[in-house]
Amino acid sequence: MKSITRQKPFDEVKQLSESFNRIFLVGCGTCATVTKTGGIDEVRVMKESLQDEGKLVTGWVVIPTACDEMTAEVAGENARAVQDAQCIIVMACALGVQRIDSYLNKPVIPALDTLFIGLEKSPGQYVEACAQCGQCILGETAGICPLTACHKGLLNGPCGGTNKGKCEVDKEKDCAFTLIYERLKEQGRLDLMRKYHPPKNYQVIPRPRMTSLL
Amino acid sequence: MVSKFKQALDSGKFVITSEIGPPKGTDLEKMNHHIALLKDKVDALNVTDHQSSVMRFPSIGGCLAIQEMNGEAVLQMTCRDRNRIALQADLLLAYSKGVRNVLCLTGDAVPVGDHGAAKGIFDLDSVQLLHLIRQLEAGTDLGGNKLEGAVQFCAGATVTPEAEPLEPQLIKFEKKIEAGAEFFQTQAIYDLERFAKFMEYARQFSVKILAGIVLLSSARMAKFMTENVPGIFVPQNLIDELAKAPKGGALKKGIEIAGRTIAAIKKESLCDGVHIMAINREEVVPDILAAAGL
Repeated sequence: MKSITRQKPFDEVKQLSESFNRIFLVGCGTCATVTKTGGIDEVRVMKESLQDEGKLVTGWVVIPTACDEMTAEVAGENARAVQDAQCIIVMACALGVQRIDSYLNKPVIPALDTLFIGLEKSPGQYVEACAQCGQCILGETAGICPLTACHKGLLNGPCGGTNKGKCEVDKEKDCAFTLIYERLKEQGRLDLMRKYHPPKNYQVIPRPRMTSLL
Repeated sequence: MVSKFKQALDSGKFVITSEIGPPKGTDLEKMNHHIALLKDKVDALNVTDHQSSVMRFPSIGGCLAIQEMNGEAVLQMTCRDRNRIALQADLLLAYSKGVRNVLCLTGDAVPVGDHGAAKGIFDLDSVQLLHLIRQLEAGTDLGGNKLEGAVQFCAGATVTPEAEPLEPQLIKFEKKIEAGAEFFQTQAIYDLERFAKFMEYARQFSVKILAGIVLLSSARMAKFMTENVPGIFVPQNLIDELAKAPKGGALKKGIEIAGRTIAAIKKESLCDGVHIMAINREEVVPDILAAAGL
């Protein structure tokens, strides 16, 4: 699992697309299909909703993986319908939106909000797993990332808000450091919790982040 | 020069600190009144740093007012609102203006306060902030650059003796000591037997411990705290005692309980002193001290 998304309220999509009458719709067959935010079923519902608003949907497609390069090809296969549209509504994460935007010279409107990069914990329940900090510390924290799992992203242990294993921000959320402590204790590696973590480098790659892997 | 507060801590006397909550706005009359009322009755006065993530007049502003009135200020400094550049700059300012004591805190979470959509910074944590102070004292900033004029602070931190689970809290307590914490102000304590157990452990370290005394103003407040505030345990007998107080007399009972707790801590030499938090009722701190026989 990668990008966890949530559908924008339809009113927001309506407002963003109010000056366009002819619309092409794009969904994504990967993350947005699993999260039921931009798969075939959701794209069909969106098509009907837009038609109910008097819009003309010139066509729609669910691209297997909207963020990869095949997107150009899929766009080509739908050239006519895309050509007829005044804008593209994309039901994919921000990566898909940007990929599509880079191939088509048309206004692109996101129908989803990208929430986080996460894992499915139990069916339909998603949890953020990585803040993409550029300097992974999971090897010292029993595989639990305090940057994402701790509300404050602390590195040296729990704050005073830790409460019977839960977080002060939300009683439903676990305290990352209680989890880390329990896991390290079980593994006989509590010495790792005693280790001082110096201030983190938040500029491993200054934004905008880019890298060449050649 | 060693701060007056540090001298008090090292003197072996029973140290008393309290705290001032700055106003939301620029009318400083009430804050200045509280400072004038308390500054000579305690060894030092903390000034809270946007406590509970509620935006207020800044801690440094309150500390300067205390210094101007010849009081001894403890600058509360959280990591919530400033990155490492701003934290260092504020420490330079504080030192240049005569503030010599800093309490290093993580800071409450942003969503619990009155600017819930703000960005929480937490560029450093409380342990790293303590390290930072020691580095500034050694004459270089966090970037390794030489300072023109260093700082010298008596640096402290907090600990929650009633935290559950306790061990991760104690591991962090020890990390704070290794990072250079000289004193600790604890989260509110009400059960002295349980506190004595914590002190048995804490005594092995050469740091000063000031027990946190939070004024209970009603049975409802006591019940709320024990049920909702992380790391606070109010025994049922205290809640009952407050509930039985005559109508309008709960605050008086709370003052009596706080005074009695302080007196017992002092009598049994449980720790090195107390930190009295009367949250929004600073004017009753002298009554608490009187009830404690101090």
